[in-house]
Amino acid sequence: MRTFTFLRRTAKEILLDPLTVLMGLGFPLVVLLLLTAIQRNIPVKMFELIELTPGISVFGLSFITLFSALLVSKDRTTSFLQRLFTTPLTASDYILGYTLPLIPISLLQSAVCYLAAVILGLEITVGIIWALLSVIVISLFFIALGLFFGSILTDKQVGGLCGALVTNLTAWLSGTWFDVSMVGGWFETIANILPFIHCVELQRALLKSDFDGIFPHLWFVLGYAALFMIAAVIVFTRKMKSD
Amino acid sequence: MPMIELKSLTKKYKDITAVDALTLSIEKGELFGLLGVNGAGKTTTIKMLSTLTSPTAGDALIDGKSVIKEPSKVKEMIAISPQETAVAENLTVEENLSMMAGIFSIKGEKAKEKVDDLIARFSLESVRKKRAKKLSGGYKRRLSIAMALISSPKVLFLDEPTLGLDVIARAEMWDVIRSIKRDLTIILTTHYLEEAEEMCDRLAVMKNGRLITVGTAESIKKETGEDDFEKAFINLIKEGTK
Repeated sequence: MRTFTFLRRTAKEILLDPLTVLMGLGFPLVVLLLLTAIQRNIPVKMFELIELTPGISVFGLSFITLFSALLVSKDRTTSFLQRLFTTPLTASDYILGYTLPLIPISLLQSAVCYLAAVILGLEITVGIIWALLSVIVISLFFIALGLFFGSILTDKQVGGLCGALVTNLTAWLSGTWFDVSMVGGWFETIANILPFIHCVELQRALLKSDFDGIFPHLWFVLGYAALFMIAAVIVFTRKMKSD
Repeated sequence: MPMIELKSLTKKYKDITAVDALTLSIEKGELFGLLGVNGAGKTTTIKMLSTLTSPTAGDALIDGKSVIKEPSKVKEMIAISPQETAVAENLTVEENLSMMAGIFSIKGEKAKEKVDDLIARFSLESVRKKRAKKLSGGYKRRLSIAMALISSPKVLFLDEPTLGLDVIARAEMWDVIRSIKRDLTIILTTHYLEEAEEMCDRLAVMKNGRLITVGTAESIKKETGEDDFEKAFINLIKEGTK
């Protein structure tokens, strides 16, 4: 019951925040519309909906990092967590309470993105279902990243780092706007080491129902999700004792 | 048996001793004030008593339970209203209280009764459905204390409960604290000396992590030979440790 209570509170805090609707849903949709319009005038294969939609979906998920980081850091700076640390809630209650509500919110966000893509002309296939299922795994990485930064930074720092850096990294290093192999060199190497491009490639493969194509991207996404989730749990539990 | 017993309670951060071998007892039902200038060790003391941070040495017992050996049992008996209001900003007054009831596994009708009772006792009916972020400072403080009381704690820690409130809101908060005083033991930190003198049964004055004196406002004034409590406090701080 304790976990569920905390979980419900997280969901309400995020869904009632206008930032969620504006940035999480509105901004990715605007980008999708804009790039589709460009594609119609100057056809570019990358901006075809079957390539572009997974990229926009993953770009939208980068805002989930911002939401989760902001929530945790605000709970720390307003002493809300200090109050809760004197209650019977345990470390696992906090981690589950902050993580679980963001998974359906991520799914909803991506579903709206795919719905818009269908309206714009994306062919309805079973691949859309597979692509949406991949959001569960991909969102875990972005949520964990948020929990990690939210545990160590203030809400002002989170705004800068997650609001600007993570969203930009997701945009530039995901292969959504341009093919990173065209830049080549160190840029391509870094892009391939980081998880963002793999999040997009995983979803692109699933949208095409190309199950062989999900590897090695799935391993990268799972690996980064596990790494940041473990790091977030360690940092958060340490903060429980030191804040 | 005292409700709260501090036994050489000490907290060190590297080379800095934030709280230095604090020893004192607080009786059941007492409203006890912790006074001192910034950095005196008041908040660190409250953090140790409320299990938020571990003591470096010594121990503290809450109703006979050690904050070091039995922190989960201590947590069942205490509640804290931190310096910042510490409420869920996007939730309504009622939702904040219901959330706290859920966290303490208080369910169904009992939870509803508790929430209704606290809303009535703290005069929150008019803002029941209002989101916390839209409340005035005074209402937010009341909600903060009401949230702390949902679990019917034996000990309540109030860290600067009237900080930033205007005169009227502060007077209302004093009434709120007086109304809950008889039911539980309260430890209060404040910078407002008239508040401490008016409200607290006994006071402890701290400086540089050490206890300078403990007693009633009257006994502290007598000890320093001052008629005014503020002057008595200033004398004690300037004199330093006895």
